Amino acid sequence: MPGSTPASLIAEGPEVFRAPELVAGPRLSLRRQAWRRFRKHTLAVASLFILGFLVLGVVVGPLLWRVPMGAIDLSAMLQGPLLDHPFGTNGLGQDLLARMIFGGRISLAVGVAAMAVAVGIGVAVGAIAGMASGRVDAALMWLTDLFLALPQLPLLLLLMYLFRGALRAAFGDEGGIFLLIVVVIGGLRWMSLARLVRAQFLSLREKEFIEAARALGASRARLMLRHLLPNALGPVIVAGTIEVANAIIIESTLSFLGLGFPPDVPTWGHMLYDAQQYLDSAPHWALIPGAAIFLSVLSINFIGDGLRDALDPRRVI
Amino acid sequence: MLIPSLLGISVIIYTILALAPGDPFGQLLTNPNVPAAVVASLRAKFGLDDPIWLRYLHWLVAMLHGDWGFSFASRINVSTLILERLPVSLAILGAAELLAILIAIPVGVLAGTRPYSIFDKIANTLAFVGFSLPTFFTGLVLILIFSIRLNWLPFVFQSNMSSTGLTWLWQNILQSIMPVTVLGLFQGAALVRYVRASVLDVVRLDYVTTARAKGIGERKVIMRHIVRNALIPVVTLVAVQLPVVFGGAIITEQIFRIPGMGSLLISSILSDDTPVVMAITFVYAVLVIVFNLIADLLYAWLDPRIAYR
Repeated sequence: MPGSTPASLIAEGPEVFRAPELVAGPRLSLRRQAWRRFRKHTLAVASLFILGFLVLGVVVGPLLWRVPMGAIDLSAMLQGPLLDHPFGTNGLGQDLLARMIFGGRISLAVGVAAMAVAVGIGVAVGAIAGMASGRVDAALMWLTDLFLALPQLPLLLLLMYLFRGALRAAFGDEGGIFLLIVVVIGGLRWMSLARLVRAQFLSLREKEFIEAARALGASRARLMLRHLLPNALGPVIVAGTIEVANAIIIESTLSFLGLGFPPDVPTWGHMLYDAQQYLDSAPHWALIPGAAIFLSVLSINFIGDGLRDALDPRRVI
Repeated sequence: MLIPSLLGISVIIYTILALAPGDPFGQLLTNPNVPAAVVASLRAKFGLDDPIWLRYLHWLVAMLHGDWGFSFASRINVSTLILERLPVSLAILGAAELLAILIAIPVGVLAGTRPYSIFDKIANTLAFVGFSLPTFFTGLVLILIFSIRLNWLPFVFQSNMSSTGLTWLWQNILQSIMPVTVLGLFQGAALVRYVRASVLDVVRLDYVTTARAKGIGERKVIMRHIVRNALIPVVTLVAVQLPVVFGGAIITEQIFRIPGMGSLLISSILSDDTPVVMAITFVYAVLVIVFNLIADLLYAWLDPRIAYR
């Protein structure tokens, strides 16, 4: 069982030999073990706080900072950070803090939603391939390799360009683009997860507890959902975390290239796009959203690394 | 392996384009001066009403004959347009990849041979910072520092300069420094961790202990015994990461206005130039697959234990 959580349970010994009435016990202590390993990763813990602060700011921000993000004030154009505009203003005199809060909501939501899509597809493909083996497995893995060889960003840009209009018409400006971005990013990022889950399944399948479950007459579905998937979860959580960071970068890239959300929706990437013409007169306009993207991506990556130490202790990278 | 993948990718790209809403003759349809009969005959001429698999075959045959179509925006052949842009892109990409390798190998080997030392920790943290920094942000920050504040480097890339000889070379180097740095650092940061992990795998092996036991100097053990074997998997990783690097290159080209394939792709997308978009996406796909094949062959050559049937 390479890298999955229960492997370390067995590896660590004593917990396994508990009396049956304490079955609920090891679960909790498993988690505690993982938390202990996570805590050792100082940067991951610090990142947890930074990310928590960012999420909190984005969620409660509008309640505390009531300046409307769309209010145009031409007398306060391109202002640097001052008391009444802590993050300064943009080319139309709009308050950047309010826009940052709104953009952060979108960026983080896109990251989490796109991760969910990628994990969903990846786990489904990987689980089916790992369970089925034979021809189905070969076909699914061929498909995975094919997707891995696709030029990602060009294809993303192409998809955004082609389907933007239709989805905006169908689901509205923000909703349509949100849906499109999430599906497109998720649909192009599931491959490594599929491979991971398949590899986990292939090794777990041969374990005694699976054989025991099969001998007890467990159906294939039960085998997969109840026995295989939970044991393969550790690495999936790690990969999923890092996928959130990737999705945030991809979304801001799309916005930066002008193919993300419509111009009136201030995402972090789009703010950078707007700001690049004013780099000499108003550098804060570009630096603040850029730093926000960097901080959230960095902290998510570190958390992912900490989770890897906690849940997937045998992998080196 | 090569041909089926290319076919698969071309099917995917073609299906995306075919499924997309919108019609290449949309403008003609709304134009009141064009009679419906003309539109219908044009559609028939270009085979737009044929079933999709037939259209795909037509397109495939045309592509194989080198007939890549005609750019709507610049009114020249797509193939000439792409051939014009490709060298610039490949030069920047190659230089960046070289920089990445030059950074990643020494740092990764040093970190891997001294795991959990202070150097390792700093290198690891910097690597995380490196690949968490989006290339478009690093690019803008470099422009801000070196072009706007210090005024050392030009930030708009020029392809047709009047100068010749050494000054031409010098100017090209100057204007390539920032894009190559942005791409190279991003790529290098990702590679460092792979090199380190690969070195860590090799250091544990018995033959390394044997080499040490025979009294071979540590330097020589690292250079001759560890690095040589640790770098074999890295070759594949460089190739596998290429799709990501292409993405980074598109962004860098866009920021620094480099007249390469990436900026051509974006301008074509923004000006609805479908034949060019299609062709560029396909060229990127071909590049990825070709480099993967080269990596596979290199891998077999470097590591004789691996045999291809």
